[in-house]
Amino acid sequence: MAHMDLIGLSGIQFFGKMSASISHDLKNVLAVINENAGLLEDLCLMAEKGKSLDPVRLKRLAGDVKNQIRRGDRIISSMNTFAHSADSESVTIDLRELLGLLVELSLRYASMRGVRLEIDRPSDSVTVTTSPFVLLNLLWFCLDYAMTAAGPGKTVEIAAEKTADGAWLRFRKLTGMDTAAGSFPAEPERALMRVLNAQIRLVPDSREVAVSLPNKIQEE
Amino acid sequence: MADKVLIVDDDKDFLSIMAERMQNRGMEVVTALSAAEALRKLEEESFDAVLLDLMMPEMGGIEALQIMRKKQPEIQVIFVTGHPSVSKGVEAMKLGAMDFLPKPVDLSDLTEKIKQAKDSRMILVEKHTQEKIKKILTDKGW
Repeated sequence: MAHMDLIGLSGIQFFGKMSASISHDLKNVLAVINENAGLLEDLCLMAEKGKSLDPVRLKRLAGDVKNQIRRGDRIISSMNTFAHSADSESVTIDLRELLGLLVELSLRYASMRGVRLEIDRPSDSVTVTTSPFVLLNLLWFCLDYAMTAAGPGKTVEIAAEKTADGAWLRFRKLTGMDTAAGSFPAEPERALMRVLNAQIRLVPDSREVAVSLPNKIQEE
Repeated sequence: MADKVLIVDDDKDFLSIMAERMQNRGMEVVTALSAAEALRKLEEESFDAVLLDLMMPEMGGIEALQIMRKKQPEIQVIFVTGHPSVSKGVEAMKLGAMDFLPKPVDLSDLTEKIKQAKDSRMILVEKHTQEKIKKILTDKGW
């Protein structure tokens, strides 16, 4: 895996960061299911002592458990797609789906920073042939910067558009871009850009970070 | 008198089910979806124990604990978190947390810890009151 050799520790750290977030979300799902089961036991104990069981309450409990299972299933599906993103160094992907995955994986971190994430989803597919894992890693760095540049209470809008020779991904509404600290892109991002033949442009006038991708990643 | 508990967690579903179960056990429960909301509620009333989540938007549990302890040194905080780590647990305990429990939590254990929290708080409040009386007596020269 030449790409993985190139990104090395940075890639492992990215994988770890996303896995930590996923495991935290799953813990929360299990905690709620655990409490629902506990409440069911409480209600049974109360029924044994003569208190009547309320069927409406029981139905609501079953509905709550089903909701948590749906929530857990969504988290595990994202985790599975994310895990398989490292399978291939060059595969044709629809960037609309990749952005959906990026947002799903980043929701907890966005929530911690009080930032909302929105996708401006184009109706037509935006495909490129690239390394999905490395691209996700690069887009996470961009989103991390974008969330800092937007600031708490703000929204980061993410858009994808097809061009003749590839695609653009844009992180918009970065109202605090002038004051965002640190240099971006720095060496970790540049290493990923080299792998992906990508470019990052900071456009203060339109308050956005734009990432250009070629139609096809150059094979090693 | 019922044990009075403040539960702080950004997971709405967890918050409501925990509140219901603890109320079924005869506790008086108040909930807050953020650390900021919890701090506002602590200004208005006192609690025997605070159940605090570690990772929450804008202000995390550790920062909230520090503010709470500064305002109410006798406050009893029990962390209940889906993100347990030894380093965070040690940090929380050093800052004065009473306990650090991973989710999913055993409610019988938690109920026991809330009772312990109530006892510890009462001892601290009594001690604080005695110190105040002693100071008044000394200052006034009675």
